[in-house]
Amino acid sequence: MNDYALEVEAVSKRFNRGERNTSLRDSVPALARRLLGRAPVEAARQKAFWALDDVSFQVKRGEAFGIIGGNGAGKSTILKLLTGIMQPTKGRIRTRGRVSALIEVGAGFHRDLTGRENVFMNGAILGLTRQEIQKRFDAIVAFSGLEDFIDTPVKRYSSGMFARLGFSVAAHVDPDVLLVDEVLSVGDYVFQRKCIERMGAVIASGVTIVFVSHNLRELANLCPRSLLLEKGKVQVIGDTEDVIRTYFGRGQQPRVPDSSSGVLITKVTVEDEHGPAVEFASGDKLRVTVEAAGITRHDDMSVVIQIVDDHQYPVFDTCTQRLGAGELTLDQDQTLRCTFEMDCSLAQGTFHVSAFLHRYLTNHPYDRWIAAATFFVSGAPEARGVVTLHPKLTQCEIGPSEGALVEGRRAAHE
Amino acid sequence: MIISALREIIERRNLLYMLTWRDIRVKYKESVMGILWAVMMPIVIVCAGMIVKFAFALMSGRPLQLLDVTSVAVKASPYAFIVAAIRFGTSSLITNTDLVTKIYMPRLSFPLAAVGSQLFDFTIAAVVVGIFLAFAHVGVSVHLLWLPLLIVTLVLLGAGLAILLSAATLFLRDVRFVVEALLTVAIFFTPVFYEPSLFGRWAPVLWANPLSPILEGFSSVVIHHQAPSLPWLAYSVVFSLGLFLLSIMRFKQIEPLFAESI
Repeated sequence: MNDYALEVEAVSKRFNRGERNTSLRDSVPALARRLLGRAPVEAARQKAFWALDDVSFQVKRGEAFGIIGGNGAGKSTILKLLTGIMQPTKGRIRTRGRVSALIEVGAGFHRDLTGRENVFMNGAILGLTRQEIQKRFDAIVAFSGLEDFIDTPVKRYSSGMFARLGFSVAAHVDPDVLLVDEVLSVGDYVFQRKCIERMGAVIASGVTIVFVSHNLRELANLCPRSLLLEKGKVQVIGDTEDVIRTYFGRGQQPRVPDSSSGVLITKVTVEDEHGPAVEFASGDKLRVTVEAAGITRHDDMSVVIQIVDDHQYPVFDTCTQRLGAGELTLDQDQTLRCTFEMDCSLAQGTFHVSAFLHRYLTNHPYDRWIAAATFFVSGAPEARGVVTLHPKLTQCEIGPSEGALVEGRRAAHE
Repeated sequence: MIISALREIIERRNLLYMLTWRDIRVKYKESVMGILWAVMMPIVIVCAGMIVKFAFALMSGRPLQLLDVTSVAVKASPYAFIVAAIRFGTSSLITNTDLVTKIYMPRLSFPLAAVGSQLFDFTIAAVVVGIFLAFAHVGVSVHLLWLPLLIVTLVLLGAGLAILLSAATLFLRDVRFVVEALLTVAIFFTPVFYEPSLFGRWAPVLWANPLSPILEGFSSVVIHHQAPSLPWLAYSVVFSLGLFLLSIMRFKQIEPLFAESI
């Protein structure tokens, strides 16, 4: 007997892109056409697309496993197949034990029912018996922090309260396998920390977890092993740090430019001293090069670059204007190329570079490219946070007692 | 397939119970009359029946008998139950799309809960009818022992239709409107205000409605203190049970497509 909680074997899932016939008015002519022969079947096949294509992976019991991928990569489809909401078109999925999903928190809440009633309702939906809910009820309410509102109909809740209660119920189901999809961004910062701590506790208690998130830092913290999914295909499975590196290291995605702008950012590259790079050590030189092409004449431009961290928090920005270059003029059919050189005083993490062409002295953008490039910083083990201030320990010694103050404290202690 | 489906429902009986409870709770919450509404529908039908009976009596010159009124009263609440069960059952899946597309659970629970919440109304209405019959000195007899079979058949028929129609509505939204139209005219093809015998040799056409033997059965055992018409009742039982099982089978067959086709 093997020790896998989840086994996904060569699973493919096909969806129909077109609209299905959901009313008689549409389906009667469609049926007639089918009876008369040909076309529709062929058309349907053409409209079909594969959301998942030959995906295989295994998750060991007690493992925390991450799934990474851009929008439309098929992450949510995998989770839906794992929960049994949908069936795979091809391939096989085996699960062991109770599978529960933290996917849509608060799904099934009824607006007219009170918080208490909804906890019982939602618990039943998630597969708990009445006794099990009763046993967990206090913990659920305490976790949500909604003790004072538990007998209020949830229609009077704020959206944050709603989501908090939903998460609290879902987080107390105690399944054998827990599927988590982007739900840790619920509530305020304090509640989010609580959710992530809860996840950590759940993992520690030996529950198998499959985690889908765009918050790659949290994902890397929780899951040692991950899978990178792209257009329904498995790109790589392995150590999460490596997978994230592969995810961002694939180079720039082609961009669909805004046709109305008269200038266009054509390329944004991140380099170290030796050339294009995605990995930096804290303290390295970091060069960002922005290339642009003129379509119509602009004589009042500045180039802005911005670095944001994984939470989209702006860490740093600079521009040609502040660095002493005057108004840049770009005529049609001319190209612009400017390189910013910086000291990479960032702490460990993932960072994204955005580039903007602004009208000089204003923030009116002619063109912009959000998250045009991504890079990683490693090293700086002494620092936590976004930047490193290059700390040095200049004093750390133990001396004699400070006298009166300490004496008083000690008395209080005893 | 049917057995595993039913086993799943039983394993997750708390879900069925909570869904039923929710349907009842939500329906009567914040309404002044509360569960008195459960009695409303049968009362309306009885009143309409009395008017019809009164008109019949006027036309035929026969005096209006108490028996006519009690008979309509007995048939009105099962009729109201099955109409409501079909109506709410049909829309039970599309009103819960949130749950159907996002969380896995035995989806059979939805139509069954819709029927269950109507069963609650039916029970209340039945108690009221019982009190009314006691005042009308209808009396009791050993034939009342037929009631459990009649009620089970009625529920199976309602549940079978609810299960089948709820799934059909997910794939073809028109089903709901067709059902609504049929329910509107159903009273003319179901012996609620009259007896099938009224139609002479055309009576079998009315009896063929599987609901007729059940309603007539109620009337026979409660009012007339007679056994129900056995061949027709047997037909009804077989039809209802068969429909119920087939519906579950078909429902389970197409259930994997639910989340994609909503």
